[in-house]
Amino acid sequence: MKIGIPRAFLYYKYHTLWESFFEELGIEYIVSPETNKQIIKQGTKYAIDEACLPHKIYLGHVEYLIDKCDYILVPRIATLGGTKDIVCSRFQAIYDVVKNTFREQDLKLLYYSIDILNKDTELKAFLKMGKFLGKNKTQILKAYYIAKQAEKTTKLLALNEQRKNLENKNLKILVIAHPYNIYDHYIGKPILDILKELNCTPILGCIIEEKKAREEAKAISKTLPWTFNKELVGAISLYKNQVDGIVLVSAFPCGPDSLVNEMILRRLKDKPIITLVLDAQEGTAGMETRLESFIDIIKLKEEKQSESQLQN
Amino acid sequence: MKANCKISFPRFGNYNIAIEILMKLGLECDYIDAPLTTKKTLEIGTKYSPDFVCTPFKYQLGGYIEAIEAGANTLIQVGGPCRLGYYGELHEQILKDLGYDVKFINMAEADFAKPLTFYNEFKKINPKLNLKKVTSTLLLVVKIVDAIDKIEDFIRQNIGFEKNEGDFDLLHREFLAELRTVRTKKELNQTYKKYYTRLKNVETNKPTHPLQVGLIGEYYTIMDPYSNHYIEKELAKKGMIIKRWMNITNSFFNAPEQEIKKSIKDYAKYDMGATSMYTVKCALDYAKDGFDGIIHIKSFGCTPEIDAMPVLQRISEDYKIPIIYFSFDSQTSDVGINTRIEAFHDMIIMRKEKKK
Repeated sequence: MKIGIPRAFLYYKYHTLWESFFEELGIEYIVSPETNKQIIKQGTKYAIDEACLPHKIYLGHVEYLIDKCDYILVPRIATLGGTKDIVCSRFQAIYDVVKNTFREQDLKLLYYSIDILNKDTELKAFLKMGKFLGKNKTQILKAYYIAKQAEKTTKLLALNEQRKNLENKNLKILVIAHPYNIYDHYIGKPILDILKELNCTPILGCIIEEKKAREEAKAISKTLPWTFNKELVGAISLYKNQVDGIVLVSAFPCGPDSLVNEMILRRLKDKPIITLVLDAQEGTAGMETRLESFIDIIKLKEEKQSESQLQN
Repeated sequence: MKANCKISFPRFGNYNIAIEILMKLGLECDYIDAPLTTKKTLEIGTKYSPDFVCTPFKYQLGGYIEAIEAGANTLIQVGGPCRLGYYGELHEQILKDLGYDVKFINMAEADFAKPLTFYNEFKKINPKLNLKKVTSTLLLVVKIVDAIDKIEDFIRQNIGFEKNEGDFDLLHREFLAELRTVRTKKELNQTYKKYYTRLKNVETNKPTHPLQVGLIGEYYTIMDPYSNHYIEKELAKKGMIIKRWMNITNSFFNAPEQEIKKSIKDYAKYDMGATSMYTVKCALDYAKDGFDGIIHIKSFGCTPEIDAMPVLQRISEDYKIPIIYFSFDSQTSDVGINTRIEAFHDMIIMRKEKKK
C-alpha cells in the first residue's frame, strides 16, 4: 500500500508527524513535488475561481497524486479548542471539497478529522487512521508517540536555528505568513530569497512556541477566533523587539488574513511594516522592488536614529 | 429606568424592526433607525475597509457611520460563525481610528456555551436592565421575526403573478409600518392575521405550472435585499415562484443539525462550515422537489459558500437541475445581474418546454 501526501496546506505544519507515523508503521508514502507551474495550472482548472491561491495549489497537488498511489491523505480540522479556537472553514471543508471536485476520478482518500470541541482529538484521529491501515492498537500508539517525539524535536531544532538567527548582526525582518504560503517554493519562498539577497535575515513568525504565542495573542486581540492566526499574532508580539521590520504575507483572497492583517496594521505602530499579497502572477520583480524600498527605508530610519543618538 | 443611550444597528433586510422593539421595549433605551442602505453606504464602508474583506463587512461599516451621523452613540454587532465573528472588533477599531467616540457592544465577546455572558453584554447597554422585561420582549421579538419571515415568504411566492403591479409591495410596506408599532403578542397576532388575509386576497394570475426557483447561499447577502441587488424581485418579475428556506427563523429554530447532516450524507461527510450545510441541504431539497432552477448567492470570497460550490455542481449533474451562481462585491452592477437573470430565465423556460 502506498500513501500519497499533497505538499500543500497542512503538510507544512504536520509533515514530520505524518511521515514519521507512516515510517514507524512501515507504510510506504510519496510526497508530491514542490509546487510548480503545472501544479498551479491544474489546481486552478479544478478549483472554484474565487477560491484562495493555496487552495488551488492544494487541488493541484491532489491531482498530481492521482494514479501514483493507493490512497491520498486528506485530513480535515474543524476546531482546535473551544469556540474561540477554530480554523478557517476551508480546513473544515477540504475532505468534502476534494471528494466532490474529483468525483469522476473516484479518489480513494485516507482521512481523519480533528474537532476538539466535539472531543475528536488528534490521538483518536490517528488511532482510527492506523486501524484503517490494518495495524493493531499497540502498533499505532507506539508509532504515534514516536511521531509526536519526532515532531517535537523538529520544532525545537527550528526554534534553536531561529534563536541563532536572532543573534545575527544583519538587518532582521520578521515574516508573518502561514507556513503553507511562506514555505511553498513557487509562491512564498521567493520572498525569503529576496530578503537574503538584500543581506537581511528573515525571522519566521510560524517558528514559535505555539501555546505561548496563542496566549500572547489574547492580549492583542480579544475575539480573534482562528488558532493559526493567533499563533502569528502572538509571534509578532514575542519577536518584535528583536527585529528591524515586519513583512505581512497573505495569499489572495485569504478570509482570516483579510481581517487580521488589517488589525495588526492598526494596532502595531512601533515597527516598520509592509503587506505583500501573493497571487498566481508570474515573476517576482514587483515584490523585489517593494521589499528593496522597504529595506532602504528601515536603513535610513536606523541611520537617522543612531545619528541623533550621537548628537545627544 | 431609561438608559442614556441611543442605540443602532446597520440595516439588515427588514429585521431592524425586531431589533428596535427589543431595544426600546426590552432594554428601555432609545433606538436610532440607521438610514436605509444606499450606494453611498457601500461607498463609505468600502473606503475604510480592508480590500478583500467580504462585502457584508463593508455594508455594515458604512451603516455604522451613517447611524452615528444620524445620532447614534451606541452600536451593536452580533457576530456569527464565520468571519462575521471577528467583524466587531475590527469595526470598533476602525471607527475609533476615524475619531468616532461611541460605545460598541460586541456580542462576539460573549460565549454561546454560557448564556449568562450575553446577559452581561446587554448590561453594558443598560446597567439597570430588568431581566424579566428583556426575557418577555425577547419572546415577543422571536415571534415578530417569525411574522416577518412568513409574510415575506408568501410575497416571494406570489408577487410574480400579481394582476395590478405594486399590490404586494404596498401591503408589505403597510405591514412593516404597523409591525413597528406592535408592543404585545395580541397586537402582533392581529397585525399578522390582518395582513396575511389581505395578501391572500390580492388578485393574481398564477398559471397551473409556473416556473419555480429556489434561492440558496450565504447568510447575510441572501437575507439583505439591498446586498443582493433585489434579486428576488428581479426574478419574480419574470413570473416565477421564488422559494427561500434561509431566514432568521429557520436558521435559528428549524435547523436540526444531525438530521440535516444525515440528509446530505451522500454529498458531504462533514460540516463544511458556517451555513454551507444549509446551502447543500436546500439545494438537494429543491432538486428533489423538481424545481426548475436554483440560484446561489454569496458575497465575493465567502469561503464556506465557495467550498459548497463543488457539491452544488454534483447535485446539479445528478438531478439535472440548472444552478446559477451570483457573487456580490462593491463593484457588482445591476446590468450584469439582470443580463444573467435574463439568460437563466430563457434557459429554464426552454428546458420546461422540452420536458412537455
